[in-house]
Amino acid sequence: MSAQSTPTFRAVSPVGTAIQRANSARKGALIGYLPVGFPNLAESIDAAVALVENGVDILELGLPYSDPVMDGPVIQKATQTSLDNGFRLSDAFTAVEAIRARVDAPILLMTYYNPVVQYGIDRFADDLVSAGGAGLITPDLTVDSGAHWIAASDRTGLDRVFLAAPTSTDERLRLAVDNSRGFVYVVSTMGVTGARGDVDAAARTLVERLRANGLAEGSPAASTTGACVGIGISTGDQVAEVLEYADGAIVGSALVRALADGGVSEVARVAAGLAVGTAR
Amino acid sequence: MSTESATHLRDESGPFFGEFGGRFMPESLIAALDEISAVYEEAKADPTFAAELAELHRTYTGRPSIITEAPRFGEYAGGARIILKREDLNHTGSHKINNVLGQALLARRLGKTRLIAETGAGQHGVATATAAALFGMSCVVYMGEVDTERQALNVARMRLLGAEVISVTTGTRTLKDALNEAFRDWVANVSDTHYVLGTVAGPHPFPVMVRDFHKIIGEEARAQVLELTGALPDAVVACVGGGSNAIGIFHAFLDDPDVRLYGYEAAGDGVETLRHAATITKGRPGVLHGSRSFMLQDADGQTLDSHSISAGLDYPGVGPEHAWLSSIGRATYLPITDAEAMNAFRILCQTEGIIPAIESAHALAGAIELGRELGPDATILVSLSGRGDKDVETAGRYFGVLDEAALAASALEQNALDANELTDGEAEAGELDHDAALTAAARQALDEASSRVDDLSAATGNGVER
Ligand SMILES: Cc1ncc(COP(=O)(O)O)c(C=O)c1O
Repeated sequence: MSAQSTPTFRAVSPVGTAIQRANSARKGALIGYLPVGFPNLAESIDAAVALVENGVDILELGLPYSDPVMDGPVIQKATQTSLDNGFRLSDAFTAVEAIRARVDAPILLMTYYNPVVQYGIDRFADDLVSAGGAGLITPDLTVDSGAHWIAASDRTGLDRVFLAAPTSTDERLRLAVDNSRGFVYVVSTMGVTGARGDVDAAARTLVERLRANGLAEGSPAASTTGACVGIGISTGDQVAEVLEYADGAIVGSALVRALADGGVSEVARVAAGLAVGTAR
Repeated sequence: MSTESATHLRDESGPFFGEFGGRFMPESLIAALDEISAVYEEAKADPTFAAELAELHRTYTGRPSIITEAPRFGEYAGGARIILKREDLNHTGSHKINNVLGQALLARRLGKTRLIAETGAGQHGVATATAAALFGMSCVVYMGEVDTERQALNVARMRLLGAEVISVTTGTRTLKDALNEAFRDWVANVSDTHYVLGTVAGPHPFPVMVRDFHKIIGEEARAQVLELTGALPDAVVACVGGGSNAIGIFHAFLDDPDVRLYGYEAAGDGVETLRHAATITKGRPGVLHGSRSFMLQDADGQTLDSHSISAGLDYPGVGPEHAWLSSIGRATYLPITDAEAMNAFRILCQTEGIIPAIESAHALAGAIELGRELGPDATILVSLSGRGDKDVETAGRYFGVLDEAALAASALEQNALDANELTDGEAEAGELDHDAALTAAARQALDEASSRVDDLSAATGNGVER
């Protein structure tokens, strides 16, 4: 990757802009997760493109990692396949570049912390900017442990998504709101990723608490931060329900399962079904 | 001897030890970690907590554990005076109970009713299952599939104690994956569940708290050696998996600069091969399981497989306090191969009549090397972290002294018996909490036994392994 050229600082959050656009045109944003390299690099790129072509506003690309403590069985299995196929970190930048060349949706990488640390936090940020990526979601890095990443993302203008959980104190919610750019990831339920029958009522409460702790009301301005709910969402109805109170709905396992079971055409079909839930 | 140092290494209490340690964890678990930190600080300040734990250690663990001189063993160690700290004599057979009882008391303070744990050798799982039984809590232990096979006896022990043992089939199916599974369980069940982490790794406050619960090993041993010899030992040695027994015995000596500290890591087939678990020797700093420390990883930061004959040392990470002690040069960490450990294992059995855990045999092998280097005037204190009952099958096979066919037959018979008893027991005591687990356990025991017969007949076909 070309880390030599100084990347241009981004004053406007690409993710925040996409959320704002989705909120003014529709009920809110649909954010779709897929791991890089599953079932192989080429198909993972095609599948991500298909998501955007079928109504996904923002892509969340997972970096396969050997010890994914926040992931449930469906995503674990997919990321393990990618690792077994020889996934390398550089594949993530390749994927971001390839997808951005074909569709115009912001791409967040979802990554555990150690791969970023080993790559070099600043080098990672620079290469992500060069590839056209929007920022990072960091499931095992919280604001209080994230000074280095916060500095690197401030320098480059990358978006950074921290998580908020039902168990977070008000003080910690405020930290997440103040330090996230793009959106705060609202963990709907206490548990790992995976489709669930109902999206926990805890998500609505948590979004209300985030609003009470400084999160902008209604559709966020591009420079501020939205609240997007993830974990457990798998149907268009659930997307619609979540968008009653949140700025975006994040879907992971349901898409990964569709890709595993029926390839790119199936993941496209499932994405289109989910996108119905974003209609006003 | 009592050179006063300006800073006390013993006072280091996290979250960071130098550049190591910290808390790199999902937000969902931060509240639980903060709660543990707060309740642990309260407990430390409350004399009744210390009194309760001391009473448990006196009447249940069997503390203080004794020290034993090992003169015949010492002949193999350059004639050095070898003193064993006998954590193997603790209830449940290893040092692990020190930490578990402390955390179980804490779990009770936290109002938690369910204990979960990861285990490698099974010693920490057995200790946690024991504490759960003692405190009337439910218990789930995560154990890599590979380890459930090589430590089958401990799986049975945990089930007999009423715990549910979940065989982990993700990732590399060993200790690191058992930790991942335990964290996943904890995220989903944190309201009623305490995660009894079994070593001095993981996110703050575990490395500090687990160390504090184990530092009694070194505190006792320091006084015992002083009383026996009139002086401090020249060196203190221990095996290092995650590093809990090592930090436990080191801690009281950290500010005794004349006492050398040696941690022995598992070198498996040798550190020049890819099959080892020598984390400090061969790893580099990274973040694994919630803290920054040395770890075995590839260029992309993916955790590498570790290998050791000893399940309890088969971990690609190490506690952050050890990484720090290594970086400041206070303690030295050296690799011991499977072959060296098994040689020391055999020597201790046959010179002192003590069968050590294979983990502890790594410390014994280190003592042999060190004694040869330091000579007959040296006194070396060795952490005998556990007993070898759990390893009889592995060691028996290693040395070719196991009657394979007889073992297979008796295992089948015994497991069938266990299965019947457990099923009967279930019918009578219909209200036992763990009925389902017990029946499942019995069924699995039968399955395991029959698959073991297959394995063994294959093994006898081409002679004993190795
Ligand atoms: C007897 C014994 N010693 C040592 C260890 C290694 O753990 P640690 O390095 O935390 O003491 C184990 C772990 O299972 C063990 O059972």
